[in-house]
Amino acid sequence: MSKPFLSVERLSQTFPDGAGGMLTVFENASFGIEKGEFVCILGHSGCGKSTIMNVLAGLAEPSAGVVKMDGVAVSGPSLDRGVVFQNYSLLPWLSALKNVTFGIKARYRSWSREKVVEHATQYLAMVGLEGDVIHRKPSQLSGGMRQRVSIARAFANQPKLLLLDEPFGALDALTRGTIQEELLKIWSQTEQTVFMITHDIDEAILLADRILLMTNGPFARIAESVEITIPRPRRRTEIVEHPNYYAIRNHLVQFLGKRSKELAGRASGGESQSPEPVRIDLTAPNDDPEPAPQKPILHAVNG
Amino acid sequence: MLSVNKRAALLSVVLLIVALGAWEISVTRQVMGEALTEYEILMGVGQPRAAVPPPSDVIIKAWEQLSNPFYDNGPNDKGIGIQLAYSLYRVLSGFALAAALAIPLGFLIGMSPVAYKALNPFIQVLRPISPLAWMPLALFIIQDSEASAIFVIFICSVWPMLLNTAFGVAGVRSDWVNVARTHELGSLRTALTVILPAAAPTILTGMRISIGIAWLVIVAAEMLVGGTGIGYYVWNEWNNLDLTSVIFSILMIGLVGMVLDTIFATLQRAVTYAE
Ligand SMILES: Nc1ncnc2c1ncn2[C@@H]1O[C@H](COP(=O)(O)OP(=O)(O)OP(=O)(O)O)[C@@H](O)[C@H]1O
Ligand SMILES: [Mg+2]
Repeated sequence: MSKPFLSVERLSQTFPDGAGGMLTVFENASFGIEKGEFVCILGHSGCGKSTIMNVLAGLAEPSAGVVKMDGVAVSGPSLDRGVVFQNYSLLPWLSALKNVTFGIKARYRSWSREKVVEHATQYLAMVGLEGDVIHRKPSQLSGGMRQRVSIARAFANQPKLLLLDEPFGALDALTRGTIQEELLKIWSQTEQTVFMITHDIDEAILLADRILLMTNGPFARIAESVEITIPRPRRRTEIVEHPNYYAIRNHLVQFLGKRSKELAGRASGGESQSPEPVRIDLTAPNDDPEPAPQKPILHAVNG
Repeated sequence: MLSVNKRAALLSVVLLIVALGAWEISVTRQVMGEALTEYEILMGVGQPRAAVPPPSDVIIKAWEQLSNPFYDNGPNDKGIGIQLAYSLYRVLSGFALAAALAIPLGFLIGMSPVAYKALNPFIQVLRPISPLAWMPLALFIIQDSEASAIFVIFICSVWPMLLNTAFGVAGVRSDWVNVARTHELGSLRTALTVILPAAAPTILTGMRISIGIAWLVIVAAEMLVGGTGIGYYVWNEWNNLDLTSVIFSILMIGLVGMVLDTIFATLQRAVTYAE
């Protein structure tokens, strides 16, 4: 099997636990992400999602293991990996537009001023920010608008990999819905590879090609990789009617509710730990002609 | 009903008139009473015209002085404009030197915990020293009263700027630094485009405190070194027993101090951002 675009190999992270000992957040975690794929990672608070993300971004050094992108080991942050932080991280002294041009100027140093501004305006328009709004400072924008700016900043740089850490965590459900659709739109236009952390099961099903499920920590594991067998383009109002929707959702709820605890807290024993691929598809022709939605059929394929 | 601002302005004018009126009346009485207090006997030896002048005299003096502020009739008779210009020159050069040292050094201390720990004991010992205590040493080493005055300004304005810069730089949110890192900005660009604007309000607060202290200290320093400047002017007029001029120059010191503070307050407002 050829190597995926992004491959995480036997990644381990330990921190001092504050009581003299060491806390192993995860060890020997291995997984891959294909080019153009949208992958969400779901897991309980504190299991180590942000820790993985910081390593992928190059903002933190793992205790062991490597992350390879296009076959090259990641060391330190890079413009090829754009990050949208949970708290937006806009520079408050710059207007929305300037926040976006800040990124573009760093990425395309030879571009003229006009070109930079034009590019920024285009990406801001893609997330629905046009007119006077883009000249306002972040403090004069609503939470949803700020998050849009920060998404525009990340996409405008056209990174090879986009990392999103709970980008909608602080937003109300309505705003969240609109921005999710904008994110999908901009993603389908740009064919970018996205790795996103979320707490929200429905959000993950709407957005992702694949969901990685993480068990509780310490010694957290990325236990399963669930394929989302719902065709695109997806709309929030329509996917709930798809036969696979509740089957996948139930599986995820079961995992987070029960199995994330049951599978937690086991040392790897030196083994590389890859997620088990799971495919739930009630529409597949070789399945039962009358599928019962309460009992999803699991196809666990060992990779 | 008048707006709050108008009412406040009206009240200010009333207070001013009442204060000046009370001053005028009490001084005229005192002159008529002509009884010398113990202090006057000690200090003024009961000379004529040694009494506190009434505000009307001060206003006339101000008019005279301000209508020709830049005359120069030799070392002991220069216009108020020239004296203030000398003081401002000293304050601004000492302040500029201090800023040139304190802001880069503050950046270093703010960004590096090692530099902070290494320099902290020196700062803690040097900071509480009254700037005037350096004067004899400065005069001895520099051998030049002009440069010594500037040095005293330098030493008193360096600390607030140094500490505020270090504090502001150390307090820059790590998220913003991470934004710079994920955009592969070099350290110089990070310092200029992220850390400097982020810490600018704190740095300017330090500069505003410094310029205020420098303006307080220059008067005392010029009383010591003499020659020129508003501090020397005050002392000289006291020796001439020209209290009208003393009061007038006190007012001028206050006005210039207010202008300096207003300038830095404006700058501070310009770089302040809301989170
Ligand atoms: N710098 C650090 N030093 C020590 N422990 C840390 C550090 N960073 C994270 N941890 C620990 O690692 C574990 C995982 O943290 P992480 O932030 O990755 O969780 P998370 O999955 O992102 O949680 P959430 O969903 O709440 O954001 C936690 O137990 C946390 O206490
Ligand atoms: Mg997190």
